[in-house]
Amino acid sequence: MNPSGTFTITTSGEREIIMTREFNAPRKMVFETLTKPEYVKRWLLGPEGWTMPICEIDLRVGGTYRYVWRHTAKGTEMGLHGVFREIAPPERLVHTEQFDQPWYPGEAVVTYTLKERDGRTTMTCAMLYDSRETRDTVLKSGMERGVMVSYDRLDQILSEFPAR
Amino acid sequence: MSAAPSLDATFAALADPTRRAILARLASGEASVLELAKPFDMSQPAVSKHLKVLERAGLISRGREAQRRPSRLEARPLAEATAWLADFHKFWERNFRNLDDLLEELKSEEAGKRRTSRQRRRK
Repeated sequence: MNPSGTFTITTSGEREIIMTREFNAPRKMVFETLTKPEYVKRWLLGPEGWTMPICEIDLRVGGTYRYVWRHTAKGTEMGLHGVFREIAPPERLVHTEQFDQPWYPGEAVVTYTLKERDGRTTMTCAMLYDSRETRDTVLKSGMERGVMVSYDRLDQILSEFPAR
Repeated sequence: MSAAPSLDATFAALADPTRRAILARLASGEASVLELAKPFDMSQPAVSKHLKVLERAGLISRGREAQRRPSRLEARPLAEATAWLADFHKFWERNFRNLDDLLEELKSEEAGKRRTSRQRRRK
């Protein structure tokens, strides 16, 4: 069952990706699921087989967060970290975002905006990148293919590389 | 060969519902400006404007016949752009479904708490 509403992805200007998704819950609750480690590690998981064993969040302006995902079967790990720039519960959250092993240049700035109506929340997530090239790379990668699968592939290529 | 149109141009072109409708119409075969203007109840210059945007984005090509200049769908760029979007969408939709489940759980927990505190007050 999917009690949620519409989900759209668009681009804005040259450097931005904008996602909009509706949730069947008040925004105070949605805000908590974006900012409390015990909640984040339960939903922000990506493709099948990944878990988030490390989820640390220091929720204050200038505070940092760090997520580490692990592919349970393969043991592959991937980390993401950033700094909080704006925290205005329950309507706005801004943080930077950078992968531990960067696959695109610079850092992204992610802005969440939460609007509530009749107990439902519309979440807008704007991801602003350093350049148009980077934004397009991220969009083309489909995240899934670009990040998680490519790391698997990289492991494979490295293991096939003759040892010296 | 000309450079591939930017993703920006492609998505900007696809963002407009009339242009998506034009693409849907062209999926069933090429058509002239006149043939497109009629079902969409639009002036020919208005249709031409949309066609220019679609052409720049590489989503359609136009014939050379001076009179008709029929537009035809370029399936590959459209398929590529929608495939990128579909992957990105799939990745996030999976996460957001997890979030839906979590929110349902939190709501029923909260409702449970409210019930217990009401019962306590009654006792």
